[in-house]
Amino acid sequence: MTWLRALVAFAIVSFALVLQVSLFPHLAWHGVVPNLCLLVVVGAALTRGPQFAMVLGFAAGVALDLAPPADHLAGRWALALVVVGYVAGQVRQGSRGDSRPASGTVLATVAASSFVGTSVFALSGVVLGDPIAIPELLEVIVGALLWDLLLTPLVLPPVMALFRRLEPALAHMNG
Amino acid sequence: MRERRWRGPEGPKSPVALLVALVLASFCLMTLDSTAGGPVDSARRAAGEVFGPVEVATATAVRPFTAVPHWFRSKDDMQQDLIALQAENSRLKSDLATHDYDKNRLEEYDGLTAAARSLGTSLVPARVVGMGSSQSFSRTVTIDAGSDAGIRPDLTVLDNDGLVGRVLRVTHTTATVLLIVDANSVVGARVGRSMQVGLLHGRGALGTDGRLDLELVDQTAVPSEGDAVVTWGSEAGGPYVSGVPIGKVTHVYSSVRETTQRAVIDPYVDFGALDLVGVVVPSGTASDRAVIEANGTLR
Repeated sequence: MTWLRALVAFAIVSFALVLQVSLFPHLAWHGVVPNLCLLVVVGAALTRGPQFAMVLGFAAGVALDLAPPADHLAGRWALALVVVGYVAGQVRQGSRGDSRPASGTVLATVAASSFVGTSVFALSGVVLGDPIAIPELLEVIVGALLWDLLLTPLVLPPVMALFRRLEPALAHMNG
Repeated sequence: MRERRWRGPEGPKSPVALLVALVLASFCLMTLDSTAGGPVDSARRAAGEVFGPVEVATATAVRPFTAVPHWFRSKDDMQQDLIALQAENSRLKSDLATHDYDKNRLEEYDGLTAAARSLGTSLVPARVVGMGSSQSFSRTVTIDAGSDAGIRPDLTVLDNDGLVGRVLRVTHTTATVLLIVDANSVVGARVGRSMQVGLLHGRGALGTDGRLDLELVDQTAVPSEGDAVVTWGSEAGGPYVSGVPIGKVTHVYSSVRETTQRAVIDPYVDFGALDLVGVVVPSGTASDRAVIEANGTLR
């Protein structure tokens, strides 16, 4: 059963990844697309806590790093999404008591996670010596943040409902 | 002494240990990937074999709908050309299905055909099915032709406007293409009028900012604005074949300190709206689809 849950979680991530790569470039603003994988990780963190979200973030990050057309050093998105899972998971732990976070909390978490995720990825590139211009970097971070916030009302409720259904007993106990 | 009890894998323990473990795992992955030919390359290939066909299927499924925002967004003729090209391409496909190889009906591939003729090589037509996001700071796309179509790494990719990029790696059904606007892309280029050679660096930006920097080897040569730039090419035909149009010079800067001339190139290709592309393959390559031969025929 645990394997089945892991499989379903990874299927959600894969679906998000494929949409991100094949559908959203058609709607992209300067090549910036909503980071659906990040939204899924945030959704997992808000329903299931940091441990699960970090593991899922690692898996989603590795998928983002390896699936075509990725060409950057593998492990960079994994690192960014592990940190996102941790940060978003802290929000859930902080608001222990009410099982469903308020929509304002969700939006704030998505904003913080998007900022942290894109920044960690970009900074890892700067550390590794990628030629990244700072104005472009800021533009991408802000653009990604707006995109992620825009998609939050569409993506987060079904994702969170799904993760809640995957583990109803545990979500209830922890939430 | 407090009793520490195992509360299962999802127990409410401090997540810091897991965070450290996973961060270290990420660093391990980066280290593994930085050594060429490591296990990450095969993992990448495996991921490509799995995700590639899914991307192709998704791109095919959403193609009818993606034309709508394109239509609203487009202000330049280029979009209109692409839509026309798509329509004509689908008509060609139906023609192929009925085995009606009437040469007069191949207007849709006219641009690519002309390119193949002038280069003396064959072109494998392909469509862009996936595009890397700006968040990844690398400009790469996935195309729906792979090793089954006769594509291998380091082949030139172009469309009917000019140079698009080169193939980085292939799976059976897809290939990853590095666009020339990627910040890590370097193309040997030649200014058409003066025949001066230089190196063309991408800036990593798409769309209207998708400019390229040309550094000429000879500092006394000053390219003039509007000059056309084509690929320089190498003897072995390796990454880029010669003579493919890239763009035109829009600005020229001279740097006294670095003793080089730097020119800004506006590429002919609109990298934000790539769709139908051609991969330059040696003549006579076996492929799973119709190949545009040098003499303009489909094979």
